[in-house]
Amino acid sequence: MALNVAVVSAERELWSGEATQVIARTTEGEIGILSGHEPVLAILAPGESRVTVADGTVVTARVEDGFLSVQGDTVTIVAGTAELV
Amino acid sequence: MGAQLRVYRQKIRSAQTTKKITRAMELIAASRIQKALQRVSASAPYARAVTRAVSAVATYSNVGHVLTTEPEVVRRAAVVVFSSDRGLAGAFNANVLRASEELTTLLTEQGKEVVHYVVGRRGVSYFNFRKRTPERAWIGDTDTPSFATAQEIGEEIVARFVQSTDDGGVDEIHIVYNRFVSMLTQEPEVVRLLPLEVVEGVDEPESAEIFPLYEFEPEPAQVLDSLLPVYIESRIFNALLQSAASKQAATQKAMKSASDNADKLIRDYTRLANNARQAEITQQISEIVGGADALGSAK
Repeated sequence: MALNVAVVSAERELWSGEATQVIARTTEGEIGILSGHEPVLAILAPGESRVTVADGTVVTARVEDGFLSVQGDTVTIVAGTAELV
Repeated sequence: MGAQLRVYRQKIRSAQTTKKITRAMELIAASRIQKALQRVSASAPYARAVTRAVSAVATYSNVGHVLTTEPEVVRRAAVVVFSSDRGLAGAFNANVLRASEELTTLLTEQGKEVVHYVVGRRGVSYFNFRKRTPERAWIGDTDTPSFATAQEIGEEIVARFVQSTDDGGVDEIHIVYNRFVSMLTQEPEVVRLLPLEVVEGVDEPESAEIFPLYEFEPEPAQVLDSLLPVYIESRIFNALLQSAASKQAATQKAMKSASDNADKLIRDYTRLANNARQAEITQQISEIVGGADALGSAK
């Protein structure tokens, strides 16, 4: 099963699609999310979040602030200011 | 050419030039509305995500938070007014300022001291003219508001709210802005932003939805701590965007009626000018005829 991932900034939705893995930097450290992860709400630290798409390519987003929510297989990376690298 | 006729022609020319300007402004506003509306809808996923997350934390943790606690006595309230930097937008600024005045009167009647925060040059000059200097003003960023401005406003008012009343803090924060209803209607909207009534937000998520038992990282209290200001910022950003879209729509409407009025003026003055010209010709003919008659009878 794939994850439904959306990277959202205040201005617009930066990226959305299916992915196999998400790695994000929270205030507690890096967190990796695969399908079937328990629901999480985590505060993000400034840094890079990496989304691995099904075909192996990696989408990297630089995030200033914000949070990450995982619910079911839906992952949302929400940031006030963020940009794709 | 008669003096009367010349005056009319001058007025027609002046109305024509004005019409060119207002027509251009109308078209510019029309194209900007679309952009402004796109920005409103582009920011929707963010607002949704933030509201969902706040609701989830509020549902599953029993932590009280300073931003959600109702103060026992409200002594000072802040009103944030979202006006525009430029006028020529019909009743846009007048509406929002009137709504804020009504709110101010209401709050004063309830025995609260009211302080104002103003966004947009028009609002600032309104307050300055009445010698009621706003607490803080943000100008120059109302046409295409940036998220940074929303963050700045958010930080300022949250800091003011957290401050104790004795040190000049406020116990309540209201925002007044023009909500974009449709191209033709923009309604001034008054919302109490703080203390927050979480879940009963303007765009609350589907209420039937049950949130899963989230794992919070780091702790629910800290998550709420950093989420609530974000929520406030997203509400303010939304108000800024709505206000920007409303301003363009109001400008378009105002400029359209200005162009229509210019058309009407041109038509009226053209008729008057034709009348004057005809009267002049008639007069000249009767003068010639009269002159010829006089010459004829003199022989």
